[in-house]
Amino acid sequence: MIELDFEKRFSERRQTLPAHVDELDDARAQAVDAVTASLRSDARVLALFGRSGSGKSTVINIIAGLVRADRGRVVVDGETWFDSDGRINVPVERRGVGYVFQDGLLFPHLTVEQNLRYGAARKPAVQRATPGIPFEQVCDLLGVRPLLPRAATTLSGGEKQRVAIGRALLSQPRLLLMDEPLASLDTPRRSEILRLIERVRDEFGVRIVYVSHSIGEVSRLADDVVVMNAGHAIACASTEEIFNRNDLRPYTGRFEGGALIEAVAVRRDEGYYLTTYGFEGGELVAPGVDTPVGTRVRLRIRARDVALAIERPQGLSIRNVLAGRVSAIDNRGGAIVEVHVSLLAKDSSAARELLSRISRQALDEMRLEVGQPVFALIKAIAFDKRSMGFTA
Amino acid sequence: MLTADEFDVILLSLKVALVSVVFSLPLALACAFLLARSSFPGKTFFDAVVHLPLVLPPVVIGYALLLLFGRQGVIGALLHDWLGITLAFRWTGAALAAAVMGFPLMVRSMRLSIEAVPARLEAAARTLGASRWRAFYSITLPLAMPGIAVGVLLAFARSLGEFGATITFVSNIPGETQTLPLAIYGLTQSPGGDAAILRLCAISVAVSIAALTGSEWINRRARLARKAEAG
Repeated sequence: MIELDFEKRFSERRQTLPAHVDELDDARAQAVDAVTASLRSDARVLALFGRSGSGKSTVINIIAGLVRADRGRVVVDGETWFDSDGRINVPVERRGVGYVFQDGLLFPHLTVEQNLRYGAARKPAVQRATPGIPFEQVCDLLGVRPLLPRAATTLSGGEKQRVAIGRALLSQPRLLLMDEPLASLDTPRRSEILRLIERVRDEFGVRIVYVSHSIGEVSRLADDVVVMNAGHAIACASTEEIFNRNDLRPYTGRFEGGALIEAVAVRRDEGYYLTTYGFEGGELVAPGVDTPVGTRVRLRIRARDVALAIERPQGLSIRNVLAGRVSAIDNRGGAIVEVHVSLLAKDSSAARELLSRISRQALDEMRLEVGQPVFALIKAIAFDKRSMGFTA
Repeated sequence: MLTADEFDVILLSLKVALVSVVFSLPLALACAFLLARSSFPGKTFFDAVVHLPLVLPPVVIGYALLLLFGRQGVIGALLHDWLGITLAFRWTGAALAAAVMGFPLMVRSMRLSIEAVPARLEAAARTLGASRWRAFYSITLPLAMPGIAVGVLLAFARSLGEFGATITFVSNIPGETQTLPLAIYGLTQSPGGDAAILRLCAISVAVSIAALTGSEWINRRARLARKAEAG
C-alpha cells in the first residue's frame, strides 16, 4: 500500500537544500509552482501518467527521498518514510527503494558486474524478510551475463537500461521506482525492455511505481494509474477506469482516444493463426497464437479502429462485431465526431464502453442518437502486439 | 656535482613540500566538496577566505602566520604548551607556510573536478543503499581523481617555490628552514656564488617542469577517457 499526501512548492529563490538535490528537479519539473498529490493505492504497478513537466518525476523523487516535500506524508506498506508533522524523514539509502533512471545512470568507472553488485552491500536491516532476489536469476532474465566484464561506458542504450534495471533489483528493493525508463531508447528497444519489465513484475513480485507519458506503456503495465496535470495528481484509479473515464479524456485522450478492455484468451485457431479473447460484452479475435489459453490480457482499442453499423452487417471481412448501444455523442461540429458505445453485457454493472471515431457526415446519414442500438466493428488486425499487455 | 650542503637543501625542500601537501590534502578535499556540493550561509565569504593566499602578498601571509603560530601567537602558544609543538623557525613551520600558500590551488582544481561529476550519480548510489559517505568515496572520489591528482601536483610545485611567506614566518636558517628558493636568495646576497646559484636554479626548473608535465599528462589521460566515454 502506497499512501501519499504531500505538497512541494518551488520558489524562485534557491532553496537551502543541498545543491545536488536541486539538480534533480530539472527544468521540466520547475515548470510548475507546486506539486501536490493525495492518493493511496495497493497496485502492483502504479503508473504516474501525464505530460512533460506535470510533476511526475517530482512525485517519484519525493517517494525516493531525493526531494523533500514541504508538507505532508509518504507511507509505504505501513512504514512512514516522511511526515512533516512527526518530523520523520527516512534517508534515501534506508528507504529500500530501487530507482531506474531515464538515462540509466550507470557508474562510468565500474564494470557492469560492479554496477550490478553495488547495491548488494545494503544493510540487512532494510532488506525484505522474503527471500532475496538472486544475482544469477536477474542476470539470466535480463540477459546481461555476457556483458558482466565490460566497462559500463561501452554499453548501448538498451544494454545500459537492462543493467540499470538489474542494478536496482539487486539492491533488494521493496519498491521499484522507474522514471521514464524507455524514454531514451529507440522503438525496438522499447518493446524489448517493456517485456522485461513485465517479467520482472511477474517473477520477482516487486511493487513498481512507473512514471511515463506514454499511454501505450501505462495501459500495458499499470494496475492503477495516477493522472498528473500541472503539478497536481488529479485522479487515481484502476487503469481501465482511468482510460475509460470521460472526464479525464482531456488528459488521457490527448494522444489518442480509445478504450481499454480486460479479456482472457479463450480459444486458439492454429490454422488461421488467430486467438479469441473473451470479456463481459463479447469476444474479440486478434492475430497471433502465442498467447496461451487462459492468459489475461489488456486490449487497447483505438477509437479510429472502430466503425459503426445500425444493422448486423453481412458479407464483411471484419471479424469483430460487438452489439451495443450509443451512450453519448461527442459532436464538436468538426469533420470527425466521437461516439461512445456501451457494449451489451450479461452483467450490466460491468458494461464496457468503446469509443468510435467517425465522420460527422456518417453520423448524420445514419441518424445516430443516444440510446440507439448499434454494432461496433473492429478489424482483427487493429490489435497488434504493441496494443496488448499481459496481466498475470 | 652537487655539494653535500646543496643536496641537503634539495632534500629539505622535498620534505617540506611533501609534508605540506600530505597534511593539506584532506582539508582541501573537504573544502572542495563543501564548495562544490552544498550551499550554506556565508559560502561566498568562505570561498574568498580559501582563495586569499592566491591574491595576498606572501609576506602578509607569512606575518599573519607569525602572529598566529609564533611562540607568542594565539595558536602557537597553545600548540607549544599543550603538545610541545613549535612551528616558528622550524622546518614544520616552512611546511605550514607552503601548505597555506598551495591550498587555494589545490582546492580550486579539486572543486572543479568534483563539480564535473554529475550529482545524480551520487543520488543513484544512495538509492542503492549507499550512505552519503560511501557515495562520496566510491563514486565521486574515483571520478574526480584526475582533478584531485592535478591539484596535489600543482600544490606540490607551488610548495617547492614558496619564498615570501616562508622567509617571513620561519626565516632563513640553513639546515632547518632553508629550502631551495631561500638558499638561492642567500647565495645572491654573498659574492662568488654564481655557479652554485645556476646549479640550484637548474634543479628548481627541472622539478617544476616535471610536476607540470605530470599534471598535464594526467589531464590529457582524463580527457581521453572522457572522450572514450562519450563516443
